[in-house]
Amino acid sequence: MLKTSVEDKVDARGDVILDIRDLATHFPMRNATVHAVDGVSLKLRRGKTTCVVGESGSGKSVTARSVLQIVDAPGRIVGGTIALRTGGGEVDIATLHPRSRAIRAIRGRDIAMIFQEPMSSLSPVHTIGNQIIESIRLHEKVTKAEARARAIELLAQVEIREPEKAIDQYTFEFSGGMRQRAMIAMALSCNPQVLIADEPTTALDVTTQAEILDLMRSLQEKHDMAIMFITHDMGVVAEIADDVVVMRHGKVVETGEVNEIFANPRHAYTRRLLESVVKLEQRAEIKRPEAEVLAEQTDPILSVKNVSVVFPLRGPKRKGPARGFRAVNDVSFDLRRGESLGIVGESGSGKTTLGRVLASVLSPSEGGIRFHENGGAGGDVGQLEGEALRNYRRQVRMVFQDPHGSLNPRMTVGQIVAEPLLNNGIARGDALRDRVYDLLEQVGLPAAVAERYPHAFSGGQRQRICIARAIALEPRVVICDEATSALDVSIRSQVLDLLIRLQERLDLSFVFIAHDIGVVRYFCDRVAVMRKGEIVEMGPASQVCDNPQHPYTKALISAVPHPDPTARSMHLRHRYEDAGVS
Amino acid sequence: MTEHLHDDTPADTDGDESMLADGPPLADGRNTAVASQWQLMWWKFRRHRLAMAGLTVVVILYLIAAFAEFLAPFDPNSYDRKGGFHPPQAVHLIDRTEEGGLTIRPWVWETELTRDPRTLVSTYQATGEKTYLRWFGEGDSYELWGLIPGNRHLLTPVDPDKRFYLLGADRLGRDMLSRTIHGARLSLLIGLIGVAFSLVLGITLGGLAGYLGGWVDTVISRSVELVLSLPTIPIWLALAAALPATWSTETRYFFITLIVSLVGWTELARVVRGRFMSLKNDDFVVAAVLDNAPQRRVIFRHMLPSLTSHIIASVTLAVPLMILAETSLSFLGLGLMPPAISWGVLLKEAQDVRSIVLGPWLFAPGVAVVITVLAFNFLGDGLRDAADPYN
Repeated sequence: MLKTSVEDKVDARGDVILDIRDLATHFPMRNATVHAVDGVSLKLRRGKTTCVVGESGSGKSVTARSVLQIVDAPGRIVGGTIALRTGGGEVDIATLHPRSRAIRAIRGRDIAMIFQEPMSSLSPVHTIGNQIIESIRLHEKVTKAEARARAIELLAQVEIREPEKAIDQYTFEFSGGMRQRAMIAMALSCNPQVLIADEPTTALDVTTQAEILDLMRSLQEKHDMAIMFITHDMGVVAEIADDVVVMRHGKVVETGEVNEIFANPRHAYTRRLLESVVKLEQRAEIKRPEAEVLAEQTDPILSVKNVSVVFPLRGPKRKGPARGFRAVNDVSFDLRRGESLGIVGESGSGKTTLGRVLASVLSPSEGGIRFHENGGAGGDVGQLEGEALRNYRRQVRMVFQDPHGSLNPRMTVGQIVAEPLLNNGIARGDALRDRVYDLLEQVGLPAAVAERYPHAFSGGQRQRICIARAIALEPRVVICDEATSALDVSIRSQVLDLLIRLQERLDLSFVFIAHDIGVVRYFCDRVAVMRKGEIVEMGPASQVCDNPQHPYTKALISAVPHPDPTARSMHLRHRYEDAGVS
Repeated sequence: MTEHLHDDTPADTDGDESMLADGPPLADGRNTAVASQWQLMWWKFRRHRLAMAGLTVVVILYLIAAFAEFLAPFDPNSYDRKGGFHPPQAVHLIDRTEEGGLTIRPWVWETELTRDPRTLVSTYQATGEKTYLRWFGEGDSYELWGLIPGNRHLLTPVDPDKRFYLLGADRLGRDMLSRTIHGARLSLLIGLIGVAFSLVLGITLGGLAGYLGGWVDTVISRSVELVLSLPTIPIWLALAAALPATWSTETRYFFITLIVSLVGWTELARVVRGRFMSLKNDDFVVAAVLDNAPQRRVIFRHMLPSLTSHIIASVTLAVPLMILAETSLSFLGLGLMPPAISWGVLLKEAQDVRSIVLGPWLFAPGVAVVITVLAFNFLGDGLRDAADPYN
């Protein structure tokens, strides 16, 4: 454990409100005990934000849940102390029974928690107001009318418009950002002194995330709360943290003041984490300069013309133009040979639907996609059938977002990678086996993994297997639908580098769909920004990312938090006002 | 066999790259990385104690049914005029030899029917004599599975003219143990055959509805709902009553099975349809389509393996329903008819008050039904939990 001088000073001042020492939370399984949290010590200071950072499986969420004694069974706190120092003295939460009256009094009143997924932490069958009123009345003896007035005031505090009206609405009537605001309102209902936020903005779009972070900061100032903010995003950390705790494998590898950690990381893991984050802030080093690539790549390989996708609304069918929800609206662009085209957008922008049309999973409702095979003109993808469609699917391949769902868990890796080769009659027998081994080695996996099942691999490795399957048929185009968003940040750049190397070797063109500007800047030559089914801006990656023209792109780019605590810029961001934005 | 490379050194710079995760390390060195779905299911199933108990009981029950002729002490239809409503007897294993020492051999007290001259109540009283029994002795002759002739039984009286009743005797003095054991055969078999019928119907129709969707789905789903909305018992009764009484036992048995499985298939069809619908949109199935896999291969290579385990679990849970259905029908006198022996037929004999008063042991087949149904339900529960080992 590294103790910084800052921390010691803090102790002396006595404004530490929550003091966790040597916390250990274990999950006894049948075969082994999982040490999810293994000797974690950290302190929360009044009015300060402590960010707990770590990659998946580092034990950061379990630490947060241990503080409120809400660890999922069979997890149990087996050691250490959690001292809560409120006005009334000191309580050691670790010794309280998870169902005791004492801990119930602490939850909500002294320590409140907000979760990643607001939809599942709010009840769908009660109005927002009722849920807030209930949590007020659980801890304080007030009349219903008083509690309701308080609830309206809270909703106003979290900047929900027309709180008098919103209080009687149900969860599903709120957007994702509004739900998270409502969750915060609920958490604040009893003026807690500690707020634990477990990845509260991970499920939100960047612009919404920026709003929520703003809100949390202003509320913290108003209430002088200590915030424990759990995140995996170093950009968010740089934007909001006062103190940082870096966790890995259930242990704290480094703690310290935010500028200190970013400027002068001591632990190798922290350094590596920061490196991989900073790496994604610019164009990949192993890529050739953008201008050079753009000048060279001129002839299109895939032309998208006026493509629209309409999902019909349920109801009686009427004659006339297609009615329904337009997920993609009149999109046109050319994918050039050998380039990487990024498609960015927030949730609901239609980027995934567009990707599925390109991969021939869906047919466009209007417009067409033309595949220029060997320089010649191909057919419109929507109309392809039989052998022509099979040929298109050989040439245009797809890598899915979820590395867990896109590999058949009941087939070995070897069988999975062999599947396209078998189905297209490319190879069989020994030749097939050799080709599979070769493909696995191309994506950086030893041939020996062929006999294993997908569940034995981590997310990054699974994505490599997906890539091996995609390139097995020597395609011209690969469509990556959020291919790196499910991965930890340190793995992300590794997978992207693999794609870049494959692109050079196999002369591939990529359509790279992402919501993460950093990944696009790193990987892509050109970028198209989508919003509500339309492309609002398109151009060279450097131009779109560093000098956006469209106001929506400006808002989007400026809301992205940068991993530099000395240049906090989110409060300077552009706002794109639009009806329906939370 | 596999390398365990854990990067606990803080200075490693390659992270995910070099690490080949092996899943959770297991104490007994099993390797989950190369384990197929059936192995994973079995490992998961084995941890479910109640289900393992259920599996054991089910296996034992089917073994009993298979070797009924050998395990039953007597022919189920042989009777003893002087043995009506004979109560159950306990087998003693330790006996005194003539020299006064102790020896191990099975025996029961011999009994005699006496009638109270005033109340005319008949009771069985021990005569003080012992009826000696023998393991693997010769007794009533039979043909095992209708093929192998034999006359050895697990336990027989030494003197072939003597009788003993471990589970008591019925009105006609027939041994209830032998009858219950023989009844297991038809009752358990009807569960399997009925489920096989339902399975074929359910998988075909459910699979078509789920995979094709559209109007096919509408038609099949609505028919399932129609069948489910029919009141089962009256329909069974009507159908069973419509079977001509002149039919042979075998024909009757076949049709009763059909009637019983009429209801079973709907549940299965629903399960299969739901699974197909959700699987159809799973990324790995979409990936298979994009790999240019022919439709047949998508269904049989990619979708069905994910379904089989769930189907097996549903089937296991459907078997007890079939057994119960047969029991109810036969109990009501509309299912199988004597001389066929099933648990339902046997229970029919316990319908009147006289049996309850004079021979409560006539409910033994009912206990057998309860044990069977419970065992199947535990087994099915365990299978359902283990059916998806990837969560």
